Amino acid sequence: MALIEIRDLRKTYQMGTEIVRALDGVDLEIDKGEYVAIMGASGSGKSTLMNLLGCLDTPTSGSYRLADTAVEELDDEELAAIRNQEIGFVFQTFNLLSRTTALENVELPLVYAAVSRRERRERAKRALERVGLADRMDHRPNQLSGGQRQRVAIARALVNEPSILLADEPTGNLDSATSTEIMALFDELHRAGNTILLVTHEQDIAEHAERQVVLRDGRVLSDRPTTATA
Amino acid sequence: MHVLESFRIALSALRTNPLRAVLTTLGIVIAVAAVVAVVSIVQGLQFMIVGELQSVGANFIIVLPDMQQQQAPGVVARQIRLTWDDGQAIAREVPGVERITPMVLGKEEVRYRDRRYEPEWVMGVNDDFPEIHNYFVGEGRFFSEIDLRNRRRVVVVGQEVVDELRLGAEPVGREIYVGGRAATVIGVMEEKGQSLGQDFDSLVFVPYDTALTLFGRRAGDQVQLRLKAEPEAVAEVEDGIRRVLRRRHDIPEDDPNDFQILKQDDLLDLYRSILGAVTAVIGGVVGVALVVGGIGIMNIMLVSVTERTREIGLRKAVGARRRDILWQFLIEAVTLSLVGGAIGLAAGYGLGALVTSLLPIDLPPAYVPLWAILLAFGFSAAVGVFFGIYPAGKASRLDPIEALRYE
Repeated sequence: MALIEIRDLRKTYQMGTEIVRALDGVDLEIDKGEYVAIMGASGSGKSTLMNLLGCLDTPTSGSYRLADTAVEELDDEELAAIRNQEIGFVFQTFNLLSRTTALENVELPLVYAAVSRRERRERAKRALERVGLADRMDHRPNQLSGGQRQRVAIARALVNEPSILLADEPTGNLDSATSTEIMALFDELHRAGNTILLVTHEQDIAEHAERQVVLRDGRVLSDRPTTATA
Repeated sequence: MHVLESFRIALSALRTNPLRAVLTTLGIVIAVAAVVAVVSIVQGLQFMIVGELQSVGANFIIVLPDMQQQQAPGVVARQIRLTWDDGQAIAREVPGVERITPMVLGKEEVRYRDRRYEPEWVMGVNDDFPEIHNYFVGEGRFFSEIDLRNRRRVVVVGQEVVDELRLGAEPVGREIYVGGRAATVIGVMEEKGQSLGQDFDSLVFVPYDTALTLFGRRAGDQVQLRLKAEPEAVAEVEDGIRRVLRRRHDIPEDDPNDFQILKQDDLLDLYRSILGAVTAVIGGVVGVALVVGGIGIMNIMLVSVTERTREIGLRKAVGARRRDILWQFLIEAVTLSLVGGAIGLAAGYGLGALVTSLLPIDLPPAYVPLWAILLAFGFSAAVGVFFGIYPAGKASRLDPIEALRYE
């Protein structure tokens, strides 16, 4: 049984009088422990697919099973719960709360999981140690470099031990040296057994994944393992 | 998620911009401060008035000519009269009257050597006055029946009159002039200060007949009667006064009285209704201020929701449910208004104490009853909920995808 099973997934939007088929019948299976890059030009439907995979949205039709849960049947509340438990988001713009410390940022998903304060603190500390920020826990985002901020965001994504780590252009706002550093962290997390979905339009970033899924016009154009280059 | 957690989030959000928080809540601060100040002052006044009226006694009765009857349109102009003859008739005919005095008031200057002084009132009364008012001489004596009968030229003065005229350490026996007529000071009243809006220490008392000579004969046509009834016969005495005066004034059966009878209860009711009206007016103003304050809070909460759209998107992405977001913003609004309420409470208490101490009359220290505190906080919280629910609802309904994309 695959971790993610997508069958004939469709999403249409009404834009004025025009109906936009953002996703036009996508089939995809991803197993636990896989490292997959989802690629495509803008307008290819990759953002829509990521929103659906991240349970931020529900499909117009088709089915999406995540860890044996039929996501398309969930209501708002259940979607919030599944995002909280099963998905760790990493965003291009980090999306850290600026007024709070790194530690408190990482604690946030646990706040909504109703984890006790002491345990929250403990788990957030461990997550920050894992991304190499043990000495930056009490810093606020504006006291951290871009790479460090993204590490905090990754720690926040990891803290709930989610089924999938969903990274949307995680290096989009970083310079190349820092990008390399962050991608190395993802590689390491993958080796430790995490399932990682990487949404990107950069080929060299996608090369880090084991498998590359390319979208065009709302359909899967190609789905192939990364050929060992370099 | 716990409500307690929402509180923590709300407080930390407010801490990031304390100036804005305080400015936002200013309307609430003012409203609550006003309510608390007014309540504390009114409570103080009420304490004082009730206390003073009770010290006069439940059997204290005032009879006044009702001037309004004279001015009432459509009524045949009739001279409203209330005389000491009426008073003496009451004393004779109404059982249960313990003491009764006429009272005429006049403005006259008093003089001692080259010192002149304008007392609050020159009062013409008889020897029963001190007993009726529970207000006695501190030094010397009050008028006696003999003083009155022999029309002795005597005068009793308040302490302030002694000071202003510089009558010295032994004022009794000095000759002063009241309205140009010489009179001997036979007594100085005990110090009483302000009471029921009157400065007692600034009064000058002369025998009733002397007062009529001073003020002119017609002064005797409209006197006040002040009397003390036997405590268990107050209602009967009131009825008796009415009966006697209506008969003596030839008032036809269906016509209204041309006099007013005020008892302690009536005075209490009168003061209570005045204070109640003041409180009600202020209450209305405060209600408006609370609404304005609430709109201020709603406004800033809407701004806050817009400013923090991405934060809301993120919170939703990591698992916040609608109600978590709703609680977060609602509690923020309520916390804001409660902080306003707390500041207002302190400010209002201070204001009440300040006003109380600045007023020329002796008020008891400002006193804020528990119900006023609870009311202030209750209203603040209600305003927070009422005006916070819309922005909070708006925040909770944000689409996480849109919110995360918001610039």
